[in-house]
Amino acid sequence: MENSSLFDKLSSRLDELSNLPKLDDEVSISKLIEEKGFSRREFMTWAGAMTSMLMLPASFTPLVAQAAEIADRLPLVWLHMAECTGCSESLLRSATPSIDSLIFDYISLEYHETIMAAAGWQAEQNLHNAMQKYKGRYILMVEGGIPHAESDYFLTIGAHGKTGQESAQEACADAAAIFAIGSCSSFGGVQAAYPNPTNATALSNITNKTVINVPGCPPSESNIVGTLLHFILYGTLPALDVYNRPKWAYGLRIHDACERRGRFDAGEFVEQFGDEGAKNGYCLYKVGCKGPYTFNNCSKQKFNQGTSWPVQAGHGCMGCSEPDFWDKMGIVHEPLGDRLYHTVFGGLGADATADKIGVGILTVTAIGIAAHAAISLVKKPKE
Amino acid sequence: MSKRVIVDPITRIEGHLRAEVIVGDDGVVQDAFVSSTLWRGLEVIAKGRDPRNIPLMMQRICGVCTYSHYLKSTMAVEDALGIKIPYNAELVRTLMNAALFMHDHVVHFYHLHGVDWVDIVSALSADEEKASKLAFKYSDNPIGTGENELKKVKEKIAKFAKNPQGLGPFANAYWGHKTFRFTPEQNLIALSHYLKALEIQRIIAQMMAIFGGKNPHPQSLAVGGVTCVMDILNPARMGEYLVKYQTIADFVNNAYYADIVMAAEMYKTEPSVMKPMGVKNFMAHQDMMVGRNDYLFESGVIMNGDLSKVFEIDEDMITEEATHSWYKDDAPQHPYDGTTNPNYTGFVDGDTVGPDGKMISSKMINEKEKYSWIKSPRYKGEPMEVGPLACMLVGYAKGNKKTVKVVNDFLAKTGVPAAALFSTLGRTAGRMLQAKLIADNALVAFNNLIENLKVDQETCATYTIDKNREYKGRGMGDVPRGMLSHWIRIKNGVVENYQAVVPSTWNAGPMDSKGAKGPYEADLIGLKIEDLTQPIEIIRIIHSYDPCIACAVHVMDTKGKILSQYKVDPLYGGCTI
Repeated sequence: MENSSLFDKLSSRLDELSNLPKLDDEVSISKLIEEKGFSRREFMTWAGAMTSMLMLPASFTPLVAQAAEIADRLPLVWLHMAECTGCSESLLRSATPSIDSLIFDYISLEYHETIMAAAGWQAEQNLHNAMQKYKGRYILMVEGGIPHAESDYFLTIGAHGKTGQESAQEACADAAAIFAIGSCSSFGGVQAAYPNPTNATALSNITNKTVINVPGCPPSESNIVGTLLHFILYGTLPALDVYNRPKWAYGLRIHDACERRGRFDAGEFVEQFGDEGAKNGYCLYKVGCKGPYTFNNCSKQKFNQGTSWPVQAGHGCMGCSEPDFWDKMGIVHEPLGDRLYHTVFGGLGADATADKIGVGILTVTAIGIAAHAAISLVKKPKE
Repeated sequence: MSKRVIVDPITRIEGHLRAEVIVGDDGVVQDAFVSSTLWRGLEVIAKGRDPRNIPLMMQRICGVCTYSHYLKSTMAVEDALGIKIPYNAELVRTLMNAALFMHDHVVHFYHLHGVDWVDIVSALSADEEKASKLAFKYSDNPIGTGENELKKVKEKIAKFAKNPQGLGPFANAYWGHKTFRFTPEQNLIALSHYLKALEIQRIIAQMMAIFGGKNPHPQSLAVGGVTCVMDILNPARMGEYLVKYQTIADFVNNAYYADIVMAAEMYKTEPSVMKPMGVKNFMAHQDMMVGRNDYLFESGVIMNGDLSKVFEIDEDMITEEATHSWYKDDAPQHPYDGTTNPNYTGFVDGDTVGPDGKMISSKMINEKEKYSWIKSPRYKGEPMEVGPLACMLVGYAKGNKKTVKVVNDFLAKTGVPAAALFSTLGRTAGRMLQAKLIADNALVAFNNLIENLKVDQETCATYTIDKNREYKGRGMGDVPRGMLSHWIRIKNGVVENYQAVVPSTWNAGPMDSKGAKGPYEADLIGLKIEDLTQPIEIIRIIHSYDPCIACAVHVMDTKGKILSQYKVDPLYGGCTI
């Protein structure tokens, strides 16, 4: 029942969007996909994979396919704040030519400093024009933390010396949807780690509008593309967790679907990098994996079109999609119990006991339940 | 009367960068100033943390050269703790590095720098058949230049071009500018490679991810070695690397190399790219171990463009100063003792050339005071250029056989004299030659790894950190943008002091106390600008350095001051506690 009403809702939203004018009448994404040599069957297989990634029932596959096909109605503005460009790089890595990347080739990227040809005044004009022409219709993606309040001058852009905070606020004002791409714009990121010398903050702290966070350092290309598809399907409000992360991507812990989970359950741990356990793919918990505390789909989606992910490369998860992970996840190569810094859950539940449980009792369910309980306690919805 | 021209933002780079020039009536640049307009403060954040956490954090200096800081930071900690990493780990690090270099250089030439050389709109009037034949002039096995392929490329871009708004990321650029030198056919060949390179760069990223877990920001180094032992013991994984490597090497040799030969032919008479560079001092550091005591890159210093003498680097002679940077403590400091307290004095009001050529009220650099978040690194008090060109010149001057071969072949093929390397064209060619050096030789490391694994499977050294001891160390080497060094002091088991002196700081730094300019600024002086509203010449020179500004700006107080207690007025200057 629930599914059928959701199906109707999404269908009518797609119909609405389909009636919007395309940015370019000459071509469409479906035509482009065909030109690139993808068969309809391949396209539908991809749509099926996306459907399952978006945690929708398989029967919704045609809707996801339709959403991809009408992505060409979307103008996109991408702003760089205090960042390292890693999120843009992640986007550029999107697929070897694949449908994901075609979608990004095809939506109209109106402003993106790393790839646009224009510079200086001409670049500023492009931004201004896009915001005017597509007022209320453009998607805004922001990369980077934002030096804000009275130290906003740590970032200025353009000949008028406008601060990053001002630019971001202006762009937010008329955006149809706002996505904070990466942990910096979602939560402040590395520059906001203690003592946060530039007063860098999350995008959501400088605008009153809803910001959907897509954290990760950087997020995988599929999470970026999925976010876009989700917006097309749902509008601005997917199911979000307490940190405004879409649940379809950040609903499960890394640990839940980890390929080394069986080793954890069996009590087989890497004790030191390069040891026999490391050669045999044992669990990385004792060398610092933060998978049990980190909500993201890396263990399912992997990176670079499924090439690998950190745990596969023998290095534990560092917790990069969690708020303030630099300060709260402790030492990268030690279990959370041994730490110099404040931890995520302030010494509660799993935080206090995970090490003992992980190493001693080795009860997966115990750690899972404990972590979940602690998270439920600490993660209160934003006011 | 002289006028001031501002370019901000300089796009197609990493980071936030502004260039300002003062131009006389003759259109020639009389003076130039370059400013970085973002500061993040990673080094103060490093302070007090566990040294093992620092490499992953320092990697976040930059997502473009996304492995460079991870590697040098890890090496700094290893140097401090006196760790010698296993040979296997050295070789795996080289294989990841090979991917990084080829990725960075291909992306830089085609996607960042490319449209400074290639007029995309001109490509639309090309004759595909002629272009297809022409491609054989530059390569025996050209890539992506079959007549039908070129036709498709043209069609694809023509669709864009019909509607000016539809140009998307190509909109509002300097198409048709008279300093573009390629023929329509040459533009079409390069444009086809631009598109091809989009796919190629994804494959190179996968190449790094095989051992790195992901790209950007790989995650398989640990202090002491590498963690990807399962991947290197897996023949299928090694094979995957090999196949991708060959694809990329083919692209470097038959597209990238060919296009630079083509550029050398067409641009060698274009004054804006052949103007002799302003700083002719070069520095590079040994890197890219492919076998025991066998490195592709050499260490050394060249002064005043004199290739007959190469000096050894004296690390004590490296300093950074902040006379014109938005920090206190102006005097030169060695990185082990560096301080960096912000002292933002902002811009001043003034009139500059606007987008339509009329003067417009703007915020301008105050060159008499401080004007950039980048400091001015000096070697023995002198500004230095670092980067692929410096690396190739040092290797060449030192007689590194592999480097000499690559450089000599290129000079013979193009007929360009060695002196022409000291220019914007030389810098662009140097980067490609470095990519070729790696494409031709990095598999030596791959083969040595396979051989060594038969007798030794060690990948990570063990170590302890004695909390009662003080340590200091540095990680140094040449990364895609040039010589990079990370400097660490460890006390009580945590980071006491951290500094990174990075390539873009060397190249993009402002004036020093003597008024001596860094490479960016010095290079712009004397440049003729055809049209003040379309200063493509400025961008072309700046891009030839492959600016990476988040890299260059990272520095912070190391003396224990809490910076959030400073209150700084951005417009009127001054810093009050």
